[in-house]
Amino acid sequence: MAQSEQEILEGLAEIVNEETGVDAKDVQPEKSFTEDLDIDSLSMMTIVVNAEEKFGVRIPDDDVKNLSTVGDAVKYIQNAQG
Amino acid sequence: MGLLDGKKLLITGVLMDSSIAFHVARIAQNEGAEVVLTSFGRTMRITQTIAKRLPTTPEVIELDVTDAEHLDTLSDRLKEHIGSLDGVLHSIGFAPLGAFNFLEGTWEDVSTAIHASAYSLKALATATLPMLDRGSSIVGLTFDARFAWPVYDWMGVAKAAFESTNRYLARDLGPLGIRSNLVAAGPLRTTAAKSIPGFATFEDTWGDRAPLGWDVRDPDPAAQACIALLSDWFPATTGEIVHVDGGVHAMGQ
Ligand SMILES: NC(=O)c1ccc[n+]([C@@H]2O[C@H](COP(=O)([O-])OP(=O)(O)OC[C@H]3O[C@@H](n4cnc5c(N)ncnc54)[C@H](O)[C@@H]3O)[C@@H](O)[C@H]2O)c1
Repeated sequence: MAQSEQEILEGLAEIVNEETGVDAKDVQPEKSFTEDLDIDSLSMMTIVVNAEEKFGVRIPDDDVKNLSTVGDAVKYIQNAQG
Repeated sequence: MGLLDGKKLLITGVLMDSSIAFHVARIAQNEGAEVVLTSFGRTMRITQTIAKRLPTTPEVIELDVTDAEHLDTLSDRLKEHIGSLDGVLHSIGFAPLGAFNFLEGTWEDVSTAIHASAYSLKALATATLPMLDRGSSIVGLTFDARFAWPVYDWMGVAKAAFESTNRYLARDLGPLGIRSNLVAAGPLRTTAAKSIPGFATFEDTWGDRAPLGWDVRDPDPAAQACIALLSDWFPATTGEIVHVDGGVHAMGQ
């Protein structure tokens, strides 16, 4: 079951907040995980596995490399939910 | 009947569902074992999430295998979840990036690698010893340390120490009826492997050299060998290294 981009963004923001303490409001589509949100590779792994659980999708490592912004991740998840 | 019916196992090293230890835990549960996992520090949350992907969600307790206090308190903390142990899986490897450059690696890098990847087998064995009865089995994972490999460098030296540690454990735990054995796996695409710069060079050639062929994406053969060594079917085997590498170890060229 596909969710709206807004629902996915909110869910993802919650996960990012739990892992890093970054305010959920600051997790916006144009933000870069590494540069704007200061997320390192271990936090990114944590966020990815929790997103996989929450959204019922699989995000292989090879694809994680291509998700540089929050918006990229939201789109990826929405496509994966198909 | 499962191969591990009624057995209680401590399984370290589950990080992702690509981890070799994840597949050992999965098969162990399917074969009737009760499993407790360990993880540490910031990876605890990842392991806890990944643990839900096992047939039964196991307990995850904290163990940094280089932390003396974690080790000292391990058996007491374990007793809250599991009364005793019949087996322990050591599936831990770590080396700082500097250790993957043989001529440049500093003692600081190298000693960290040896502490986390070799001494840790003895540390884990003695930490769990109060819970291990006769017939118990300790199993670890190595990458054939008889050879100098491309890029593996000081991790290869650490694995040589690890393999030797296994033999000394066999000597000292044998009289207690406890076995210690290793599985020497071929290259598998896990988080640890992917973090080694240039590890892909192994992946490309291994399949060609292996008489049985080799799939870097299939951890099951290595995991199944761990299960067999944890079972009662190797009662007189200790200090051994079982190669699960498609046969590469036996070839000249
Ligand atoms: N992947 C391969 O190609 C390959 C081949 C042969 C042997 N091995 C060995 O298999 C074992 C498991 O590795 P993997 O390939 O499944 O990768 P992995 O990255 O999934 O597992 C490595 C594990 O080591 C743990 N670890 C690191 N430092 C630790 C510490 N201080 N305390 C406790 N745990 C610690 C990590 O949390 C992680 O769970 C390692 O010993 C590795 O050397 C791997």
